[in-house]
Amino acid sequence: MNDPRRLFALIEKETLQIVRDPSTLLISLLFPVVLMLVFGAGISLDSSVVRLGVLNQDGSPASVRLVDTFRNTPGFRLYDGRSVEELGDRLRAGRIQGFVVIRSDLGRRAATGPTSGPMIQVITDGAEPNGANFVAAYAQGATAVWAAQEQARRGASPAALRGSFSLETRAWFNPSTKSRNSLLPGSVTIIMTVVGALLTALVVAREWERGTMEALLAAGISRVELVVSKLVPYFVLGLLAFTICIAMTHLLFEVPLRGSLLTLYFVGAAFLCSALGTGLLISTLLRTQYNAAQVALNVAFLPGLMLSGFVFEIRSMPLPIQAVSAIIPARYFVTAMQTVAQAGDVWSVLSRSLFGLTLAAVGFLGLTLLNTKRRLE
Amino acid sequence: MTDALVRLASLEKAFPGAARPALDAVSLEIRPGIITGLVGPDGAGKTTLLRILAGLMLPTSGTVRVLGHDPGPDVAALRPLIGYMPQKFGLYEDLTVQENLELYAELKGLRGPARSQAFARLLEFTSLTRFTERLAGKLSGGMKQKLGLACTLLGTPKLLLLDEPGVGVDPVSRRELWQMVHKLVGEGNSVVWSTAYLDEAEACDDVILLSEGRVLFSGPPRDLHARVQDRVFLLRDDSASPRVTLRKARRDPASLDGVVQGRSVRLIARAGATLHPEEHGIASDARLETTSPRFEDGFIDLLGGVSGAESALAEAMTSPPRGDGVAIETRGLTKAFGDFVAADSIDIRVERGEVFGLLGPNGAGKSTTFKMLCGLLAPTSGQAQVAGVDLRRGRSEARQRLGYMAQKFSLYGHLTIAQNLDFFGGAYALTGQAKKEAIARLVRVFDFEPYLHAKSGELPLGLKQRLALAAAVLHGPEILFLDEPTSGVDPLTRREFWTHINGIVERGVTVLVTTHFMDEAEYCDRIALINQGKMVAVGTPDDLKARARTAEVPEPTMEEAFIALVQGAA
Repeated sequence: MNDPRRLFALIEKETLQIVRDPSTLLISLLFPVVLMLVFGAGISLDSSVVRLGVLNQDGSPASVRLVDTFRNTPGFRLYDGRSVEELGDRLRAGRIQGFVVIRSDLGRRAATGPTSGPMIQVITDGAEPNGANFVAAYAQGATAVWAAQEQARRGASPAALRGSFSLETRAWFNPSTKSRNSLLPGSVTIIMTVVGALLTALVVAREWERGTMEALLAAGISRVELVVSKLVPYFVLGLLAFTICIAMTHLLFEVPLRGSLLTLYFVGAAFLCSALGTGLLISTLLRTQYNAAQVALNVAFLPGLMLSGFVFEIRSMPLPIQAVSAIIPARYFVTAMQTVAQAGDVWSVLSRSLFGLTLAAVGFLGLTLLNTKRRLE
Repeated sequence: MTDALVRLASLEKAFPGAARPALDAVSLEIRPGIITGLVGPDGAGKTTLLRILAGLMLPTSGTVRVLGHDPGPDVAALRPLIGYMPQKFGLYEDLTVQENLELYAELKGLRGPARSQAFARLLEFTSLTRFTERLAGKLSGGMKQKLGLACTLLGTPKLLLLDEPGVGVDPVSRRELWQMVHKLVGEGNSVVWSTAYLDEAEACDDVILLSEGRVLFSGPPRDLHARVQDRVFLLRDDSASPRVTLRKARRDPASLDGVVQGRSVRLIARAGATLHPEEHGIASDARLETTSPRFEDGFIDLLGGVSGAESALAEAMTSPPRGDGVAIETRGLTKAFGDFVAADSIDIRVERGEVFGLLGPNGAGKSTTFKMLCGLLAPTSGQAQVAGVDLRRGRSEARQRLGYMAQKFSLYGHLTIAQNLDFFGGAYALTGQAKKEAIARLVRVFDFEPYLHAKSGELPLGLKQRLALAAAVLHGPEILFLDEPTSGVDPLTRREFWTHINGIVERGVTVLVTTHFMDEAEYCDRIALINQGKMVAVGTPDDLKARARTAEVPEPTMEEAFIALVQGAA
């Protein structure tokens, strides 16, 4: 006896509970904002202006051109230092992120062509390895540009010119792009797993703990009613969180979206369903909030975080772990999201991920329906 | 006899992994149009039986017929005929009264004008009309219970199954609930009311007494009373404390059972035997009078009585420094949580060697007062001295001199008895030889030897209770705090427990006990009645009952006294 009005009453009850429970709203709507800001802060660190100190001990025209190269590289703000000690103090105080010392024999050695032995010293703050790598890479890049220009001035051949470039260093310029790639899929994976799996597992377990499930069962609630009445409100809540993430990536962090918004939501909805399915399945098997939280954390949240490919590269994992990652829905989601955001609606790639997500969603929800009991045992 | 409403034949329900079946060979009938009490201690099988009747569980074997249906296959047909109220009432705390009613009305398919009529009727019936917009979580215990009943009554069921509706609710609300249920029965409903309170059994038309999954008795309570008619006595000896009188009187081989009841001792004589208290050290001018039997007396008789009232624990205990004086004294003790004053200016004075009770419903402020005296909670204002130590200065010093037995079983279930005792010995700063001796003494006193290496979580309730007491007295405390020590416990375990308590009190230990259980209050020398954070009255049980005496109620029970004194104070 599936009366739509009964279902509607249950959905209404669930919605009222969500609206009146500040913790649910905080987790599902404020948490995405905070998470996006934290992720975003990581990115702004990558792309913000690097304050670099320069100490030119040489003063030759070549050395001045090197300083100019630094000055003209976007992303650097130069500070002309007077001594190594002064720059060291500034570095310790955090007022600069590194400094470059041009040795007094630079002009002479540059004039004689390719030389051996260091001409430039780059000092960085090892306490912040990311920043240090970044400064070192930038300095290397700028120096390479300068070296090429110097050789060109001396009329060296294009081949020699290319030889003086280290193309590898160019790759160091991309850390910001990498973080950006994972900004949306990363934060959405975390939020969807929390809202979809953790929150739903908790609310069903709460009904068992408070004895309301017993009353619902005594009132003759059906399996479908039970599952759907939990699914619908949390699906809407999950999509709201999803929208917050998209809006913030787009408007605040100005990450472009190559594919269509519709495809993005389609992928998001598919992943949300698989997360909700996981949460509901957990809660049909476990009836205390404590256990549900433990299992949701270990089964959905941690694998979603670590094996989905947005924190650790899947290709660099050992093979057995790669195989395990194949059954993590978040992995397909991260791939699909990266495709839509970076490359556009490439259906040849998306169809495979969407298939994986749909299979996970149908599988988890189906198992939930099968395991939902209408009695207490 | 008219057609039975419920018929059970050789019903068995076994849960995997359990030592014994939850229900064993249960065969009985429930008559229509009456209140049937399903009575028994915790773990007797009451909830399992109700769930089977409601179709929420299937029996392992045997037949069940409820209103002519088998709750297994016919559950859909049966559901509209049954109103089932689970133990926690099944209310959504973050929904209002009105929203809870609407949800359950919708689930039961009650709509249109019939629904508004039902709401109006039930809200008036439960006196909740003024509170429709209030969140269920903000209702008092009694009001929650009434709302739970209202939700259960939606759709006019024929049979109401109420699982422990009276637990922890204040006596006034409990009485109102009984009146409501009587009214429903008058309108042609049938009610099954489950309870661990034996005094509630008296108010039922029929009683099913369950113990460890078996039916011990089934029939009108007066049949059980008849078993012990003229065998129940009150013995009063003014020359000694009732605890001493009880211990001596129980040496009489003709006695089957005995408990302290205020200043007197309630005794049951063996069938065909005569009590001779004067032969066992009771003063010759002591009065021995027959009294009307209670349900519990019959229950004890069914169980074959209780062995004597000598406490091995008391004999083995080293007496704490004796001497008169005050063990606990508070002045204006107050605890507020935000706007809510949980305990409001509590003034009590407990003499050494006294059993003092804090009696009140759940949420009255007993546990808050208790926790302050144990040094677990800092008072907002007021003073308290425990064992001569000012709580504001020497909380940890006071803690060493008191023992605490928490509500429910609060030992480590995964540790064995030996490990638990060892742990608590360490926690109370016992070391080396002293700890070993203390543990060995308690193992001997409580016969723990055969179970020393059993996990304490898997022990039967009676042993758990002993272990909890053992852990609390391991370090020989001067004052013992007991929080709801025997609520829901079967009467035999409760008697054994109080035998030990009485024994150590005679040795000079002071006992402070909280309870919402009116019968338990009778074991106390003096009681403070606590309601809504305030102390309503203090006195001996007899004194408090005397204050509530009226022409209509010449012999008030503790519960009647409580209601009268609370209403008089309001």
